[in-house]
Amino acid sequence: MSSRDTILQRLRNRSGGDLNVPDCDFAVLKRQPSSVAERIEQFQKTIESVHGEVHRCSSENWVTQLAGILSDRGAHNLLIPAAHTIGHTLRDSGRDDLPELLIYDEPIESWQPHLFNEVDASITSTRGGIAETGSLILWPTPDEPRLMSLVPPIHIAVLEASELYSTFHEAMLKQNWASGMPTNALLVSGPSKTADIEQTLAYGVHGPKELIVLVIE
Amino acid sequence: MSQSTTDNPHHIDVKEFHPRARAAIADPKVRQNFRKAMDGLISKRKDAFEGWDLEALRDLGANVRLRALANLPDLLEQLEKKLTANGIYVHWAIDGDEACKIVRNICVARNARTVIKGKSMVSEEMELNHYLEERGIEALESDLGEYIVQLAGETPSHIIMPAIHKNTGEISELMHEKTGTDLSNDVEYLTASARQQLREKFMNADVGVSGVNFAVAETGTLCLVENEGNGRMTTTVPPCHIAVTGIEKVVGTLEDVAPLLALLTRSATGQHITTYFNMISSARKPGELDGPEEVHLVLIDNGRSSIYQDDELLDTLRCIRCGACMNHCPVYTRVGGHTYGTTYPGPIGKILMPHLIGLDEGRHLPTASSLCGACGEVCPVKIPIPDLLVRLRQESVDGDKLNPAKVRGHGAKRGSVEAMIWKGWSWMHARPGAYRFGTAVAARLRKLQPGKLGGWTKYRTAPKLAAKTLHERMKERGQ
Repeated sequence: MSSRDTILQRLRNRSGGDLNVPDCDFAVLKRQPSSVAERIEQFQKTIESVHGEVHRCSSENWVTQLAGILSDRGAHNLLIPAAHTIGHTLRDSGRDDLPELLIYDEPIESWQPHLFNEVDASITSTRGGIAETGSLILWPTPDEPRLMSLVPPIHIAVLEASELYSTFHEAMLKQNWASGMPTNALLVSGPSKTADIEQTLAYGVHGPKELIVLVIE
Repeated sequence: MSQSTTDNPHHIDVKEFHPRARAAIADPKVRQNFRKAMDGLISKRKDAFEGWDLEALRDLGANVRLRALANLPDLLEQLEKKLTANGIYVHWAIDGDEACKIVRNICVARNARTVIKGKSMVSEEMELNHYLEERGIEALESDLGEYIVQLAGETPSHIIMPAIHKNTGEISELMHEKTGTDLSNDVEYLTASARQQLREKFMNADVGVSGVNFAVAETGTLCLVENEGNGRMTTTVPPCHIAVTGIEKVVGTLEDVAPLLALLTRSATGQHITTYFNMISSARKPGELDGPEEVHLVLIDNGRSSIYQDDELLDTLRCIRCGACMNHCPVYTRVGGHTYGTTYPGPIGKILMPHLIGLDEGRHLPTASSLCGACGEVCPVKIPIPDLLVRLRQESVDGDKLNPAKVRGHGAKRGSVEAMIWKGWSWMHARPGAYRFGTAVAARLRKLQPGKLGGWTKYRTAPKLAAKTLHERMKERGQ
């Protein structure tokens, strides 16, 4: 008999007999309704407490804010999505104060060393945010591949304030995640960090050292 | 079982708990490092649950885990079906050795020479690194704490913070000696050096091996919790990803993950959430530009299906591996993680490891506890750890005829003299006349009571028998 069948048979023929299935009351995860402003405030406070940075913008001025953020950090280039409006807006902005704009349009195998060693910053969209935990929801796509939010030392994420949920529980139910999950879904809540050396926090251990969120109100 | 592998460099005789405990208690550095870390974690956990109805959340966590265990075989089959449909290969292993073979066969088929690893306690349980290295495949840890522990040729001393037993100075010296970094107490410098060293390794690794925190049957999703980003690197950069996990990690629905995640990170490190919550449901699909082309899941039994047979012991399988029980354990804090000599240290190790290595080998684990109850009070899924410790103590002496012992290696601590004393004790307590006579004689002869009673009185003064029995005193009071 295969290991699979042996294991399943042992579980099925449990000597203690059938187990009771308890009721699960999820009420403890429910929150009072809150306004968008309250959710933004909670999101900002929580993500800032773990070293994330929040800039509140409008759909008109976010590119200007972005240009300032990048020039403050001396970024030489910015990895942008090709098809998403964020990418279009940046390419069509005609500004000369933005760094070189790069596009992730080839399989990673053909440019891995370049991505790992030469790219200073990336900007991605988000599928929403979570106020309670200060989290961004990312569902990477061919337009915004998985490594875009992981490898460059600065990750900038654009969050629509209207897509800010109270809790993870609420977000997954409202967006009906159970009906089908993508290749990779992520909650990102701050820059990469470690406390493995004597519980001293250090940022950017493997992923980005900085996470900057542009909240579009 | 890996613990019995004699050629293993980490081979530790679990039975030698007491000499190790004495050495650890006498080492002020061990006590300082652990005390400082555990005090910090205890207060962070407390703050993180501020404003929550913690009891209701723990009830929900416990019930979600119990519900999953009640449907375990069905959920495992559903998970397998979903994952397979998503293009993820599913393998089953009876024990750690079979799981190691599965991983190696995947490596061989891909001609892989280097494996990079995200943090995984199950891979420690399998002793995968050792297995692969003996067969010419390099296995490198990428979690900073695990990387440090591997450089030192040690094993983790805590399931969440593997290098908690070392301070900055020790780590600086280790990295200087092994990797040529400068001697420095600047944690940021040490971290940045490790980042650089490991980035090269990520780019060149043939296979990434990770653990799993929750496997969702409903959607076929593998969930990983982490702060560093090495877990995402491990599961995204190499062309092949192998996830290894115990069969008990499956949950029914995505919704079940919400309370467990809320409990896990707050209980473990006092974080509202970890930096990354990574949910993987498929290998790279056509048109996608990164991610592994091949993803495997290895489901490991390794004694878990035996635990599953018994209604009381089953609670052990609820564990979500947060480590709160060890953070709050007065014994763990004083002796440190290495003293136990087991993959999982602390209270959870004491109730889990006897099943994995046998109660004969792990005979001292259930007694390495003051039964203070802190572990049970903080457990996010309400595992009655103290009750399970008592149960295993009974099993180790074959103590209860009504509930015959079941755990492998039971009865290892049964001694004929002790058994006889207890037999006499129970005989006397079942006979009022004999009891009165016996206690009266004992009270009269109390001057003859020995002052030294072996281990019982090594660090304690033996209680003195009263001059009169309770019955006699009550009689005097006319009651």
